[in-house]
Amino acid sequence: MTGPAGPPRRKDPTRRTRLPVTPPGNRSREAHGLAAMAAAGRFALQCCRRCGHVHYPPRQLCERCLDGELEWRDVADGGRVLAQTTVRHANDLYFRERLPWKLGLVGSDAGPSIVAHLAEGCERGHRVRLALHLDRAGNAVVAASPERDASRDDPRLREMVFDPRGRRVLVVDGTTGLGRHLVEAFLASGAREVFAGFSRPWNRSPDLAALRGRDRVSVYPLDVTDTDAVEKLAALIGDKVEILINNSSHVRMGGALDRLDFNITRQEMEIHYHGLLRLAGYFGPVMRARGADGPYGAVAWVNLFSAWSLVNNPELGTYSASQAAALSLSHCMRAELAAGGVRVVNVFTGPLDDEWHQLVPPPKLDPATVAIRVVRGLERGLEDIAVGAVAEEITHRLAENPKEIERSIRL
Amino acid sequence: MSGTRPPGGTAARAGYDGVAVCAPMTVPYRRYSIRSAHWFCGQALAGLLARAGIGKDEVDGFCISSFTLEPDSAVGLMQHLGVSPRWLDHVPMGGASGAVALRRAARAVQAGDAEIVACIGADTNHVDSFRRTIATFSQFANDAVYPYGSGGPNASFAFLTDHYMHSHGAVREDFGRLCIAQRRNAAALPHAMLKRPLTMEAYLTARLIADPLRLFDCVMPCAGAEAFLVMSTERAQALGLPHAAILSTMERHNAFPDDPIQVRGGWAREIDSFYDMAGLGPGDMDLVQAYDDYPVICFMQLEDLGFCARGEAPGLVRERDLTTAGDFPFNTCGGQLSAGQAGAAGGFLGLVETLRQLTDEVLGAAVEGARHGLVSCFGMITYDRGLCSSAAILGRSGA
Repeated sequence: MTGPAGPPRRKDPTRRTRLPVTPPGNRSREAHGLAAMAAAGRFALQCCRRCGHVHYPPRQLCERCLDGELEWRDVADGGRVLAQTTVRHANDLYFRERLPWKLGLVGSDAGPSIVAHLAEGCERGHRVRLALHLDRAGNAVVAASPERDASRDDPRLREMVFDPRGRRVLVVDGTTGLGRHLVEAFLASGAREVFAGFSRPWNRSPDLAALRGRDRVSVYPLDVTDTDAVEKLAALIGDKVEILINNSSHVRMGGALDRLDFNITRQEMEIHYHGLLRLAGYFGPVMRARGADGPYGAVAWVNLFSAWSLVNNPELGTYSASQAAALSLSHCMRAELAAGGVRVVNVFTGPLDDEWHQLVPPPKLDPATVAIRVVRGLERGLEDIAVGAVAEEITHRLAENPKEIERSIRL
Repeated sequence: MSGTRPPGGTAARAGYDGVAVCAPMTVPYRRYSIRSAHWFCGQALAGLLARAGIGKDEVDGFCISSFTLEPDSAVGLMQHLGVSPRWLDHVPMGGASGAVALRRAARAVQAGDAEIVACIGADTNHVDSFRRTIATFSQFANDAVYPYGSGGPNASFAFLTDHYMHSHGAVREDFGRLCIAQRRNAAALPHAMLKRPLTMEAYLTARLIADPLRLFDCVMPCAGAEAFLVMSTERAQALGLPHAAILSTMERHNAFPDDPIQVRGGWAREIDSFYDMAGLGPGDMDLVQAYDDYPVICFMQLEDLGFCARGEAPGLVRERDLTTAGDFPFNTCGGQLSAGQAGAAGGFLGLVETLRQLTDEVLGAAVEGARHGLVSCFGMITYDRGLCSSAAILGRSGA
């Protein structure tokens, strides 16, 4: 892994396949605070509540005034490389496979000196920009990039993001409004190929025809409630999917007390929960096995959730509940796929401006915006992506006081 | 002692009068061993007893340093060794352990809390134990160093070397001179891991490990033990043991936390009181042992301890002869760079070698007529810098 990955090529089946191993994952409880910041794309370090002193590596008390309460605050992300090295001998299997590996000791503008992965073009004495990323084990690491003209092709940084460029992407439902925009956004980001599923073969939509005609796009029937269909498609393209976007969705209004029609709730669970489970069962193991398969190996599993998966909105009560079930399942998948270095990315959106949210008041999200935000988030390596004002407000209110939002949430 | 001293400067410190250090003991190094650290500690103790001609029960104090006793500490070791000391210390300071163990043991003897203290640094080296040690070295290393290339100490010292070279215009040959001189000193040491003469060309062209460090900048991990006894001068004389006097000691930890990168250690804070206590200066030293897991750290110690100004160690190694026969005998048994790094025993190596030189019990080549020896110890890079600094000046008994 010395230079850019070059264009993706057809794999030579006689060559050695690199097996997935993950970088050292032993972290303290405090250090996982960095993961929360990395997941959201923030560059935040622990600051003393009393004296403001900025700390790194993470710890539990202020080294200046011994105050026991440190809080995570966004800090200046600039720095200067004080010293550098290129590691050419490593005892860990992950790095051994990827040597040489360039590192720097960076004097951060925020204060502490930080051992960081160095992108190409960062040299001793240079100004750099620091960012928190999730490494292939899903743990937070600091990486330094050139202040300007950072390259998307940098081999070390590509290990820490989920860049679609050069990769093959399955959009589970490519025929919804959001699905179509996702296909376009992935093509624009440089995806090698997009597999677009369609769940309603009886729906002869002009969108499906338009997708069929697109270069680098192929279309497959994919009903996530049909185990055979999922199995069949996985057998056909499962070993080619490097990013999977599960955007299957079934939105119906209604809460628990006025809903004696179990057909709707069964369908919600079939699509959101069992649908994800079917995809996980048939596509997950292959993706996990291909987590290190060349520079364009499997990298991310993306679930699109409603922000009401985080807190139940009683006007879409059973819908929210089925979304919550799927969200919980995604955390299970995150732990299981981590063994292959494949990350689970959860996107939380507010209501989309589509046919199923006609009775929902604004603000509503343009599906094109969601698609762009998903792709940008993958390019940056974010693990939790809240899209739009509604989703952002829900995450903030939940962090502040879950009881408040639980009582007052309404459309 | 009037006037102002920097914080940490000491009021008048009591000397180590009446305390003797004796019985330098080495359990010969081996690259790998299937023995445990307990075994190496036991071998060291047996050697100390045989050398001093005393029974196990006469040692009533122990000071232990080891990385590989886990899950035991010095406490569990006492049951392994079948001893019942009335004074027990565990010094988990890696490379800084030797001088620290010495100064603690000396005070215990001086105060009468113990009569004979055995100071032992020992570690084993199983085939996979070095990898395990560096993978779980400290919380900061686990969180913020090992996940970055997993280069271990090689990467950390590569930063310090890179920074030193570019701050002071040092070149690879400067470090090479030190490594080559130490290899010559190791030639006579029977158990040295590396004895074949090192040429400048071989040094400069060796395999790159972590730029700018190459193979011969790095110590070879191995198994072994170093040990000595601390007792009253009267007792040492009664036992007929050649001994050395302790003229000064120091330790200082996490000395300059605000330096963005390590350019100095605790010696720089203690240098005045350290030499004052001995009534000697750098020019009075007949030999110097400095902790040498990587040559840049030797440069730092030479500068901090006043043998040359900051950034001028390259000139010192160019102008002086660092071999045992030279005008600046340095790491006279070859140091860890040639003898090997037997874990925490590496923190004792310089002290035991100094003691050997001053009691005429050398295993390798002797420095003729040496009267004063300085030993400097350094240890524990828990994140980006070595935290522990210690040092001692020993004098030939009667010197």
